Amino acid sequence: MSGKQRARSFSVHLILIAYSLLAVGPILLVVMNSFKMRSAIFGAPLAPPDATTFSLIGYQKVFRTAHILTYYSNSLIVTLVSMALVLLFGAMAAWALTEYRFRGSTALALFLSIGIMVPIRLGSVAILNMMRSAGLNDTLTALILVYVAQGLPMSIFILSEFIQQIPKDLRDAARCDGVPEIRIFFEVVAPLLRPAIATVAVFTIVPIWNDLWFPLILTSSDTTHTVTLGVQQFLGQYITDWNSVLAALSMAILPVVVIYVILSRQLIAGLTSGAVK
Amino acid sequence: MPEPVSNIISQMPRLRLAALLLFFLGPALAVYSLFSIYPLVATMALSTYTSDPSGARHFIGIANFQALLGDALWSKPFWNAFRNNLIFFAVHMCVQNPIGIALAGLLSLPGLRLKGFYRTVMFLPTMLSVVIVGFSWNLILSPLWGVAAGALKTVCLGSLFAPWLGLESSALVTLSLISVWQFVGIPMMLIYAALLNIPDELIDAARVDGLGHFRIFLHIKLPLVLPTISLVSILTFVANFNAFDLIYSVKGALAGPNFATDILGTFFYRTFFGNQLQLGNPTMGAAVATIMFFIILVGLCLYLVLVQRRIRRYAF
Repeated sequence: MSGKQRARSFSVHLILIAYSLLAVGPILLVVMNSFKMRSAIFGAPLAPPDATTFSLIGYQKVFRTAHILTYYSNSLIVTLVSMALVLLFGAMAAWALTEYRFRGSTALALFLSIGIMVPIRLGSVAILNMMRSAGLNDTLTALILVYVAQGLPMSIFILSEFIQQIPKDLRDAARCDGVPEIRIFFEVVAPLLRPAIATVAVFTIVPIWNDLWFPLILTSSDTTHTVTLGVQQFLGQYITDWNSVLAALSMAILPVVVIYVILSRQLIAGLTSGAVK
Repeated sequence: MPEPVSNIISQMPRLRLAALLLFFLGPALAVYSLFSIYPLVATMALSTYTSDPSGARHFIGIANFQALLGDALWSKPFWNAFRNNLIFFAVHMCVQNPIGIALAGLLSLPGLRLKGFYRTVMFLPTMLSVVIVGFSWNLILSPLWGVAAGALKTVCLGSLFAPWLGLESSALVTLSLISVWQFVGIPMMLIYAALLNIPDELIDAARVDGLGHFRIFLHIKLPLVLPTISLVSILTFVANFNAFDLIYSVKGALAGPNFATDILGTFFYRTFFGNQLQLGNPTMGAAVATIMFFIILVGLCLYLVLVQRRIRRYAF
């Protein structure tokens, strides 16, 4: 490697490291300070916690005053059930749209693409009315129904691309053996869609976990809040209590970061392949 | 290219095919139509009504829209939110997309080490909830904590510090930049993926002709990823004109100071749900949502007609 090349490679890394620091610095700062005593948070914000400044007082307060575990389980239920339904219904619809030719299939695809571009949020007034009259107001079911409707168009789009890549011979062989269509889908095609889960997750599941709008509109009691809304309300109430605020923020950040780091390879592969070409 | 339909399917009795379609498409279409399309249509219908104090609804045609666009009581906050939303979008276009393109360009350099690490780290903020990001920045920029002021001081720019989020003149741009910080990962990843799809022969040919990395990027790679850049732009447009979470979690429903950070999303929420200053008005809220729908529609149409048609898609 010549000197000039080395200098260039060095400066590229310098820029990338600087930007990486800018990207994680604020997150690190919040998490780090959540483990410190109040005096240390203000005295030396940039110093990591050590033996003299370490404190869990913020976390204790959050556990005492907020129903953080309820929020977590609500978020988990809503996200997992929505994900399962989005994947199941989405894969079934994608299969029908790509495998069978029928009149109106193009119109149907167009109809579904409305939901990719137009945010369902704009229908909130009518959604709230519907949920109230159906008695689903302030339930997790209401959130799940809305999120499934919101996630379906994109997941059908992504899953169709995956289904198209499955070799035709596979299904036709099964058909020649007389396997019914429904079993072909569930036993031959569906297992092959596993790699698509990561892509669908990036585009539909992450927004569900992070959403503030629908929990804000559709849930009103503490027992149905999700993490995002629960933490948001907690932060608003305890804004002057820095220990609690930093602890609550960290508790919302950490699970996402841990899952992200574990799955980042698949998530990023999912994002850079297939979906948007 | 459409593949030939398998014989077995084409020979299937019509009734059986219909039953299969119903089975496979039914659940998705039912949920999607009922909870996505129907509410959009119903909201638009509702925007032509008004409710009197007893709660009864009366049809009033386009009076809600006339009020929103022309009656000072409604039109002042509406146009303020619209203008702020344009600024919000402009900051994203001018800062987020160039940074995203530059980072994608650097990441796609051949033989770069630690590529996976950089990608993972730089995409991290995009995965977090807007609420968390907004609040964290709120703390960092707070003069009470003094982290931002201290950081500026160490590089001898201490005098530049101001409570940016609290000042009417700078709050909106600061919030836009926080949003840019969070979402720069999306243009970065999409453009990075598009850059990876460019065949090596093309780059090698340019290399043989003596072009350097920078000029290859500018003259060969960038024009080839223009379709992705315009896609990113329209995604940004839709997301920005529908944004709400960040402003609400940092500034509350009143989008202070003095409505300086009010955008259409927060205006919609206030109109629909009400706040300390006014009662909620669902029919007027529906009218705001309908206008937002048309703004997004106009953006999409412009994209389809102006951008999508002109750009040649390069098939490799």
